[in-house]
Amino acid sequence: MRYSALSIFLQGLTGNRRWTPAFRAPEPKPYYDVVIVGGGGHGLATAYYLARVFGVANVAVLEKGYLGSGNVGRNTTIIRSNYLLPGNNPFYELSLKLWEGLEQDFNFNAMVSQRGVLNLYHSDAQRDAYTRRGNAMRLHGVDAELLDREAVRAKLPFLDFDNARFPIMGGLHQPRGGTVRHDAVAWGYARGADSRGVDIIQHCEVTGIRRENGVVTGVETSRGFIGCGKLALATAGHSSVTAAMAGLRLPIESHVLQAFVSEGLKPFIDCVVTFGAGHFYVSQSDKGGLVFGGDIDGYNSYAQRGALSLVEHVAEAGVALIPALSRLRFLRSWGGIMDMSMDGSPIIDRTPIENLYLNAGWCYGGFKATPASGYCFAHLIARDASHETARAFRLDRFERGYPIDEKGLGAQPNLH
Amino acid sequence: MASLIPCPHCGTRPREEFAVKGDAAPIRPELDAPASDWHEYLHLRDNPKGRHHEFWHHVSGCRRWLIVERDTASHEIYSITDAASAKQGGGA
Amino acid sequence: MTGFRLPRGGCIDRSRTLRFTFDGRVMVGHPGDTLASALLANGVGIVGRSFKYHRPRGILTAGSSEPNALVTLGEGASSEPNTRATMVELSDGLIARSQNCWPSAAFDVGAINGLLSPFLSAGFYYKTFMWPAPLWEKLYEPLIRKAAGLGRASKAPDPDRYEKSWAHCDLLVIGAGPAGLGAALTAGRSGARVILVDEDHEPGGALLSTGGDVAGRSPTTLLADLVGELENLPNIRILSRTTAVGWYDDNLFGAVERAGPDFLSTGHAPRERLWRIVAREAILASGAEERPLVFGGNDRPGVMMTGAVSSYLHRQAVAPGRRPLIFTTNAAGYHAAAMLEEAGIEVSGIVDPRTEPEAEWRGRAPVFRNAVVTDVIGGRGVSGAVLDSEGRRSRIDADSIAMSGGFTPRIQLACQRGCKPVWSEAHLAFLAPERQNGLTVAGAAAGIEGLEGALHDGSRKAASALKELGLDAKPAFSAAPLNDRKTYALWRVAGTRGAAFVDFQNDVKVDDLLLANREGYGHVELAKRYTTAGMATDQGKTGNLNAIGILAEARGVTPGEIGTTTFRPFYVPVSFGALAGSARGKHFQPVRRSPLHGWAEKNGAVFVESGLWYRSSWFPRPGEMTWRESVDREVLNVRSNVGLCDVSTLGKIEVFGRDAATFLDRIYCNAFAKLPVGRARYGIMLREDGFIYDDGTTSRLADDHFFMTTTTALAAGVLSHLEFCAQVLWPDLDVRFASSTDQWAQMAIAGPKSRSVLEAIVDVDLSDDAFPFMAAREITLFGGKLSARLFRISFSGERAYELAVPAGFGESVADALMAAGAPYGICAYGAEALGVLRIEKGHVTHNEINGTVTADDLGFGKMVSSTKTDFIGRAMLRREGLVSQDRPQLVGVRPVDPRDGFKAGSHIMRPDDQTVLENDQGYVTSVAFSPHLGHMIGLALVKGGRTRHGERVVIWNALGESYIEGEVCAPCFVDPVNERLHA
Repeated sequence: MRYSALSIFLQGLTGNRRWTPAFRAPEPKPYYDVVIVGGGGHGLATAYYLARVFGVANVAVLEKGYLGSGNVGRNTTIIRSNYLLPGNNPFYELSLKLWEGLEQDFNFNAMVSQRGVLNLYHSDAQRDAYTRRGNAMRLHGVDAELLDREAVRAKLPFLDFDNARFPIMGGLHQPRGGTVRHDAVAWGYARGADSRGVDIIQHCEVTGIRRENGVVTGVETSRGFIGCGKLALATAGHSSVTAAMAGLRLPIESHVLQAFVSEGLKPFIDCVVTFGAGHFYVSQSDKGGLVFGGDIDGYNSYAQRGALSLVEHVAEAGVALIPALSRLRFLRSWGGIMDMSMDGSPIIDRTPIENLYLNAGWCYGGFKATPASGYCFAHLIARDASHETARAFRLDRFERGYPIDEKGLGAQPNLH
Repeated sequence: MASLIPCPHCGTRPREEFAVKGDAAPIRPELDAPASDWHEYLHLRDNPKGRHHEFWHHVSGCRRWLIVERDTASHEIYSITDAASAKQGGGA
Repeated sequence: MTGFRLPRGGCIDRSRTLRFTFDGRVMVGHPGDTLASALLANGVGIVGRSFKYHRPRGILTAGSSEPNALVTLGEGASSEPNTRATMVELSDGLIARSQNCWPSAAFDVGAINGLLSPFLSAGFYYKTFMWPAPLWEKLYEPLIRKAAGLGRASKAPDPDRYEKSWAHCDLLVIGAGPAGLGAALTAGRSGARVILVDEDHEPGGALLSTGGDVAGRSPTTLLADLVGELENLPNIRILSRTTAVGWYDDNLFGAVERAGPDFLSTGHAPRERLWRIVAREAILASGAEERPLVFGGNDRPGVMMTGAVSSYLHRQAVAPGRRPLIFTTNAAGYHAAAMLEEAGIEVSGIVDPRTEPEAEWRGRAPVFRNAVVTDVIGGRGVSGAVLDSEGRRSRIDADSIAMSGGFTPRIQLACQRGCKPVWSEAHLAFLAPERQNGLTVAGAAAGIEGLEGALHDGSRKAASALKELGLDAKPAFSAAPLNDRKTYALWRVAGTRGAAFVDFQNDVKVDDLLLANREGYGHVELAKRYTTAGMATDQGKTGNLNAIGILAEARGVTPGEIGTTTFRPFYVPVSFGALAGSARGKHFQPVRRSPLHGWAEKNGAVFVESGLWYRSSWFPRPGEMTWRESVDREVLNVRSNVGLCDVSTLGKIEVFGRDAATFLDRIYCNAFAKLPVGRARYGIMLREDGFIYDDGTTSRLADDHFFMTTTTALAAGVLSHLEFCAQVLWPDLDVRFASSTDQWAQMAIAGPKSRSVLEAIVDVDLSDDAFPFMAAREITLFGGKLSARLFRISFSGERAYELAVPAGFGESVADALMAAGAPYGICAYGAEALGVLRIEKGHVTHNEINGTVTADDLGFGKMVSSTKTDFIGRAMLRREGLVSQDRPQLVGVRPVDPRDGFKAGSHIMRPDDQTVLENDQGYVTSVAFSPHLGHMIGLALVKGGRTRHGERVVIWNALGESYIEGEVCAPCFVDPVNERLHA
């Protein structure tokens, strides 16, 4: 069923009783050409592009919970491509370009809203680092501008310009950055993949990976064995757990990241803004809630909940940046499990095990990457070759000494 | 675990006094060990969902490095030992 | 509208009148009123408008889960949007405004959305607004944003104060209703340390709004007795107006205490306080939430919960109307009816869907058995209702409706640490485990019926919890007979004509949930996300169980199979202010000041934030118009005369022990073991991955004592790293550390005349033979009066010394040096001039040591020892990527035209290349104007740069629209053969 204003009008006249399911609830078949583990944003996007672009439609997506129950449903919805390093920058720009046409492509309004992303700087050193980064973006044709203090003040006069511990000196602005309604991304990809024949199987937990002569032949699941030609892992925070089923250890640790939304407000802040002197960033959803977050808790965790002390840090940094926040209220918090890699950058690669493909290591930046991650992973699975923008995301880069370390902090996941 | 840490030297203290480094299982190889050993030491992690040994540093306390044995799913702590004592075969 | 104040009764102080305004109308109330009760007493029916359809809404509850009556309190910087009128204690001069309506709550243009509701079904926005694509951001989204949201926030800084506190106790009791009071008294009598928190402004919970007889006493008498005894126990702390909002690992609870209504008159008191309560054991006695019934028009102003009707009647003597109708599935409706009749109010009827309703009803109101209310008659209020009794429809007059669909235990807090609630068919409710991780659920929150049952349950469970702690406590109340449980499930009324709401605030109707289920979003989490049910400010406390029941019916399963959404902190919305406490504005982070801060201030320094430090940046003199003028002067003066710079912020670490030298050999990539006593050496520290971590100068003061300096930024990090290596990697080495950053005031005295200045105060021979370059010694000053450390090291490339003196003497010594240096033209110089001097010499800082460079990249390849056995980083340094030919290497850059300036962060491009990322050659790490050379200079990291000296490049800065011709050169612009070190 195609969605449009007309369909809403016609359905509305008949009491909205004739809407059909957005996706089927199929029984698993015994064999698929490709089985994708993980029905989150990346897994669903991979399935969508496999079917839509690469002509591979005999695909199943296995999700142990409900559709989009992973990090695609628990993030702060930001999209941007303001990356520094050549291994990252073209990939994230591809992603942003895909966001820009996504809704018409999959006929689902995910509310892609290019409201701008502004990273504030508070010191000469930060300004220089942003100058370097902004110029790297411009070299790749990505929009970037360096705002001075007065330009930031004109845009966001209610930031703390008068009494700040760390005065705002300016910011790096990417106008094409913004936000997307996160759940809708999962639903849109799911609906688009489903309509092209992909089986999305919810409540189907993978419990083992079957190998014959070292070659992956299928997965054991809570709903029986499912055979496959190729097995693709897109399990984010649980990447180490699923990879271990094939005897693989990854350069990844799982960490919890909390995020928050405030009570609904009339329009308060128009763009995404990140504090440069503490861990805090904020935007406002179309529904009116301020969506904000800070840093990861810092310890390995598979529990989708964090510590109060970190919540306090987020509030402190928030009030330091925007003193008016003080009277507003946190409404909901949530925690996601981040697949923190050793250099802060992702992995889209084949593994040493034949027929096993890996998409992991997104740290807390996976949401914005969803379209390009799906596209490039589909490319890799379908053609057995890396997409040109994802060539650096190799699994062996650590061993060979080619880390993609945006922050320059080395092989300690909780620092990235 | 995420709120309070029972330091073997200082007693139970708020988590904010501690910094965490990561997995305490990998053992630093000898210099002439194969490159793959060093790669495993520096990069590869079991990252278990369950029982896990982790280095914590009591930064705002005794400044000792501790090995916290805990569950990554429930956050329950099973044991905490002083890393140096553990390596030298003693208790905390 | 229809609410009014009764002439007698209630717990309000009628002798005092409080004036307040609502939407500009002046109204009066009394101490003891909440804003909600006062609005009802003043006949206000419509308090605000709903989120989506802008339907008029009144007051539904008398507690913190109120979804409808949200108002904006106060004005200007003190305004507070989305405040629940039910939780605001009335105060004189209070200003409240309705929200989400224009021009007024009574007449709201946005209500047109209600007419369009067939086209605004759940998720409609995912299906449209996609064409033409540009209109989404230009037209549709701005309109949606404007229409959405609730209150309007002020953008001015919050003028109020907040604070945080820790508290510790044996037993934390959450909720001061009957179960909580029973628990607190049981524990209090045992001598345990008890904290009792309650979100109301007075303890009592359900005892505050009930009549009859409890444990042989009237509820009022019982409550007074209990509270009286508790207040006299020294080991009990009662925190009223305090809501427990989060349960965290290790039995840590977050609770937020609000200031009382007199807050404004008490001056500087905090408005809210965050309590972090560490409890050995805790009792959750949070009671139960009364459930609305789902029928047509159940959201109309005048439709309330029966518990709210009882509460307003009993506590504030306010009635919801003169002819209320009761619609109930349980005893609560009969209790409310009895209280109304006792107050002289005519109840128009009791509608009960059960075939065998309460036997004990002795009141006047007619009871309609096996009947339901299908629809409310009335739009802006209630004028009657349509009853359906076994298929027969009839009208009944009423001006208000009290409804009760049963009680949902408030288990949210008990489920915040991951446990899944379990459906109990007997309770028609989800229950949390009775006891887990030091938290026991008691009373109505555990599904226990009745006030006496709760008193007993709280007492019993407190005694058990204390037993876990080895404390002997006797339950304060003994066993009470349990009431017969009569629960009846009615998740929604069938056959309604009007919209029947499940989530009031977010305007989620029954039809929306059914639509979500039809479209494949039937999982409880998907239904929540698709319809927004449960995402309003009450987080589904009022409506979620009905939503679960409706989904269960639609799918033909039990509510238990549907399950709940995940309960997460916070239990109620919590302000940023409470969580931030006093860490705001200038107090966001602590301030570190150098021991020479006072000296720098006296000399007119401009300070700049550098991490937590304030560092003296430059020292303007009269007549200097720009910072550059001052910095140029300082630089030239150091190169020609002498200058004094505060370098106290550098990290300083004392390294002691028999194996200190061995240890340093393993920490630095260059050798230290053979460093003689009395000498300093520049050292480079790698990370284990082979990239540079930090650098600094380390001196040997004795065989077993080294003095290490680190960069300012990594002082703490390096110490932790050293401790890790010593304790974890090599515990067999005898080495210990002490940070002495704060103990030493350290100053650089640099320039050709530095020796002459120093000679005036030091007691040692400073001749080059006696104190050569890289000498490092403990010395005395002023004829033995003061011990100090003197290092002959140079960051500027000039003859220079660093003098460290005990912090408390820093300012006096600096003053003495300035006085001694006056004849030599000494000047104070700051971090900016220091930066220029080091860039002229090509010395690196963290601009260059950016975490992705190797020692060889920076030209220190020869320093990396090839003879030492092992050091941190050595093994991984051999990796292919760390030794490849096109790695970035440190070079200098200068403009071909000396009038051209350029910025750090510019990229380096070849002149004939296309400006695309693949052709990027590197970037400028540091720039300075060199007064010595008269033009800008820079350091850069350029691919294979050491072989490219002399190459013409473009210094490319698209952000600044500056593309200038430059030349790659050696990274040293002054005195490349280091003659000046010995000048």
